[in-house]
Amino acid sequence: MAELNLSPRVIPDRLQSRGSRALKSWESLLLVVAVLIFAINSFASPYFLDPWNLSDATFNFTEKAMIAFAMALVIIAGEIDLSVASIIALSSTAMGLAVTMGADTPTLVVVGLGTGLLCGAVNGLLITGLGLPSIVVTIGTMSLFRGLSFIILGDQAYTGYPASFAYFGQGYVWWVFSFEFALFAVFAVIYSVLLHKTNFGRAVYAIGNNQTAALFSGVRVGRVKFILFLLTGLMAGIASICLTSRLGSTRPSIALGVELEVVTMVVLGGVSILGGSGTIPGVVLAAFIMGMVTFGFGLLNVPGIVMSIFIGVLLISVIALPILWARARRRVAH
Amino acid sequence: MAKLLKNREILLVLAIIALVFAIALRFPGFVAPANLARVYNDTSILIILALGQMAVILTRCIDLSMAANLALCGMVAAMINAAFPGVPIPLVILTVVALGAALGSINGLLVWKLDIPPIVVTLGTLTIFRGMIFLLTNGAWINAHQMSDAFKALPRAPLIGFPVLSWLSVVAIAAVYILMTRTPIGRAFFAVGGNPYAAVYTGIDVGRTRFFAYCLSGGLAGLAGYLWVSRYAVAYVDIAAGFELDIIAACVIGGISIAGGIGSVGGAVLGSLFLGVIKNALPVINISPFAQLAISGTVIIIAVAVNARTEKRKGRVILKKAEAV
Repeated sequence: MAELNLSPRVIPDRLQSRGSRALKSWESLLLVVAVLIFAINSFASPYFLDPWNLSDATFNFTEKAMIAFAMALVIIAGEIDLSVASIIALSSTAMGLAVTMGADTPTLVVVGLGTGLLCGAVNGLLITGLGLPSIVVTIGTMSLFRGLSFIILGDQAYTGYPASFAYFGQGYVWWVFSFEFALFAVFAVIYSVLLHKTNFGRAVYAIGNNQTAALFSGVRVGRVKFILFLLTGLMAGIASICLTSRLGSTRPSIALGVELEVVTMVVLGGVSILGGSGTIPGVVLAAFIMGMVTFGFGLLNVPGIVMSIFIGVLLISVIALPILWARARRRVAH
Repeated sequence: MAKLLKNREILLVLAIIALVFAIALRFPGFVAPANLARVYNDTSILIILALGQMAVILTRCIDLSMAANLALCGMVAAMINAAFPGVPIPLVILTVVALGAALGSINGLLVWKLDIPPIVVTLGTLTIFRGMIFLLTNGAWINAHQMSDAFKALPRAPLIGFPVLSWLSVVAIAAVYILMTRTPIGRAFFAVGGNPYAAVYTGIDVGRTRFFAYCLSGGLAGLAGYLWVSRYAVAYVDIAAGFELDIIAACVIGGISIAGGIGSVGGAVLGSLFLGVIKNALPVINISPFAQLAISGTVIIIAVAVNARTEKRKGRVILKKAEAV
């Protein structure tokens, strides 16, 4: 996605203090929004402030957020992966196929993760190996992966997953904290450390800001990107295990359109769609916001397709507002 | 001869002929002129849409909202017809073409005035347009018996041996061909995609050009919306769901570079026909229609890989080693 930027880059001559930067950051704005939505929801519905209801609400975002962490890294590196929802479908189909062959729960997990990794590797090889644009490749694999599920399943559905398999999507670790939520929290920490505290994370930012400069600084651009697509595939595999376990069945149309919600979550979290900037805590907050909004709508009996309009508007306005804001400030400054 | 073989359109024509003959070896009926005309007619809507998508892709943008735009316009056409059966069909068509262009102009304005990446804009409007159909209808269908006979008959009506649907796509091809090759705005599409910086210095407004490309793709999606709904005689929220991928696939197969600036009307038409032949051949050679999604996916990937190779050869490669990593 080559973008045209004709405005001169402004380099401020005085850096702001750490405290004032933190206050003005996108993440603190998200935090305020999250608190507001929480408050509005508690007023709008008497059922919102119940620990078990809130725990149910987390299922609205945990699976998508796990993919969003990996997707955030991909987008920061200046690429995109639109095939994640189809990877969920294909891994779910593969697990369903394994069930009909009499696989037990550990085997199912291996099959789910393996399929996710394999799909990620296909994306990664096409993009880094052949140097193809990720947007077209993943549009292609988006129909290829889901198409394979359709070939395998047709209009059928797999059910009959073993009882122990239900734990991943329906089990609780402690009190109201579900296994999925615990997994989400663990991955939030892992990805924060990976992106913000390791060489690998710095390489991801470097590639997103200037791929050629990164290459000349000794960053193995191809290898880093390949790993990113592998990670996204793996996370989609994990999400597929959780979702399949939660629903207890597989259809080829499972998780249709989830890629849009994942991308929205990442962008809402303050990750620039053009690459080069963004943080994992931002994505975590965005996940909470989207989860609570959809749950609040659900309590108010708003149909799913209306929520998807909301997500579409949210996606566009989240990108448009900072641009309008910056433009308004520039006008005031002149 | 070697030069001729490098021409993408000729290669595609040869590929399509080879495909048709391979099918004809086992099922001679497939090459009967009447059947080939039927395949073309069945591909007409895809051709119309691919022409619009081509203009957008040429300017380095993408329109993922075309199928949703089609569905919304088709639903509005059906609703107008169901509520006021007396409204003449050409007026209905004009209305939905204008509506489609207006919806496309929303995409265009967001890309032009706010500099939002096209993929994000159209991913967003894709869900918004589909959601609007639900808000309009509350999820209800409009079925054949609610549409007037004239509404349903137009695309099927024979005109000099071929259905009006086929003729409309021929008119669209001719109009877009003239627009692309004989008008300043058509040349601007290529200039903006080929080198946006140079385009600015030649006095072309990049944003405005992109805006027009989106209006064109929206208007064509509106036309396709009427054709789709009247041809299949049903309108509901999910018509043409996922069809945006077929449109992009047709363009990519037709050699339109996703990086902008490279492509032709002939390529878009041939890419659509290639997909159309495959789609119509599947039931003949006894492959489940469920395989179609996987086949289009594979074809997209192969086509983009082939495109990338031919484009790389054309461009100057500075830093050969760096690019190879």
